[in-house]
Amino acid sequence: MTQLQLVERVLKPAVFIIALIPFAYLLWGFFTGGIGANPVNEFIRETGLWGLRLLLLTLCVTPLRRITGWNPIIKFRRMLGLYAFFYSALHLIAYLIFEAELSLVYVIKDAVYRMYITVGWIGLLPLVPLAVTSTDGMLRRLGGKRWQQLHRLVYVAAVASVGHYLLLVKADLRDPLFYLAVFLLLMLLRLPPVARQLSGLRSSESGRAAKGIR
Amino acid sequence: MLIRKPSDIKSSEITPESVYLNRRSFIRGAGSIAGAAASLLVPGSAAALATDPKASGETLDKISETAFSTEEALTPWKDVIRYNNFYEFGTNKRDPYDNAQDFKPRPWTIKVIGECEKPGDLDLEDFLKPHALEERIYRLRCVEAWSMVVPWVGVPLAPILKRFEPTSKAKYVAFRTLFNPGQMPGQKVPVLDWPYVEGLRIDEAMHPLTIFAVGLYGRVLPNQNGAPIRLVVPWKYGFKSIKSIVTIRFTEEEPPTSWNVAAPHEYGFYRDA
Ligand code: HEM
Repeated sequence: MTQLQLVERVLKPAVFIIALIPFAYLLWGFFTGGIGANPVNEFIRETGLWGLRLLLLTLCVTPLRRITGWNPIIKFRRMLGLYAFFYSALHLIAYLIFEAELSLVYVIKDAVYRMYITVGWIGLLPLVPLAVTSTDGMLRRLGGKRWQQLHRLVYVAAVASVGHYLLLVKADLRDPLFYLAVFLLLMLLRLPPVARQLSGLRSSESGRAAKGIR
Repeated sequence: MLIRKPSDIKSSEITPESVYLNRRSFIRGAGSIAGAAASLLVPGSAAALATDPKASGETLDKISETAFSTEEALTPWKDVIRYNNFYEFGTNKRDPYDNAQDFKPRPWTIKVIGECEKPGDLDLEDFLKPHALEERIYRLRCVEAWSMVVPWVGVPLAPILKRFEPTSKAKYVAFRTLFNPGQMPGQKVPVLDWPYVEGLRIDEAMHPLTIFAVGLYGRVLPNQNGAPIRLVVPWKYGFKSIKSIVTIRFTEEEPPTSWNVAAPHEYGFYRDA
């Protein structure tokens, strides 16, 4: 099996299934009482957390590729991004059904008056065009360059998602600050000079390895 | 929801909104006081006390029923003891259940100070001794938009506070939680300005619905619910109902309160549920 085949036939299906585990657990817990006394809130909070985690994992792919030089890793990016959207969408659906009780007036008022909800929408909405244009067909139709420009919206989504979390926490900022730190690190690794260093590190190393220099 | 600022409330305007929450019980109470006063006064009519087969822990005896209760469906014991905001034991809802099991609620001394004729340090037993335990079933509402119905066992504040003979300067009562990071690991993290402090206007404290709870579901108060003694003010949001109380201070000035210090716009001194 080539590396690409390993990725396509083993690793991707494995990641696909692993990423469904939180959903399965939440669904089970929601209906059995396994997630505690306030299942609605727990479901909303956990789907929000998984949405954020998967979004940040998606943003790990490119730096990891630069650092490791292992190109097939790029094959996971779309799946992770779609899962981030999946969990964020569940998060929103639960909010719309249980908190807003499907009242449009409530949703609008909430988005206007509660800062963290406003920012939550800014975190969620950009994910929609990204999910829609995630297919190969869409990539071809848009052309690589425009597709790439569009997909920079992921940074808007990530900033807003972390901001949403920071704003909604009552007193204990440790968890949202952790996610903020991860996000900032991932941004740092994208600064052109840093990114060059990371890629350079790898290519000079492999270059030397190829020449038999250790 | 009507949120009034302290400055909008004259001190002559005495908290009738409490009647709102328990208005049905008041009506019921009035009837049964007239009709069946005996059952209110005689302790130990325990047959009708709230129970939950899953409840555990030492039982309390000589609990009388009172009419000052709601008739809503009770929140099960397992939820009341596993879903708590008690940041002294961690900021997640289950943290208090997980982290409070080694907490030592005895021996326990309560210090009463400030504007009163008879201040003193009292052992918890002496603090409570002259008073009969009552069951009070109240809905506890949290600012986070959840609530539960809890069968507390406790003692009204008014007769307790009066024993210390508050002076005419006692316009407020301030309460303070134990500060002991060794036993309350959440206090090692500065998420709030420890120790937790809360306060009530004297008329709110003396209101017949306001109690010190020492138990729930007929049993000794579990650590995570504020053992050994906590405040319960049913018409106020949960953050007012301070837990594991060690100091009671009568004061002329409005006392600082923890959440108000942390986020003044969201947690006003007078925030009613
Ligand atoms: C339409 C947009 C959104 C709405 C209306 C919304 C709404 C909410 C609500 C109501 C909560 C619960 C707050 C509480 O329990 O006090 C919450 C928590 C949270 N949301 Fe969102 N959200 C949105 C978008 C997002 C997005 C895009 C993400 C990340 C990808 C996200 C991540 C989180 C996180 C991490 C939490 C906190 C979990 C915790 O407390 O541990 N949310 N959101």
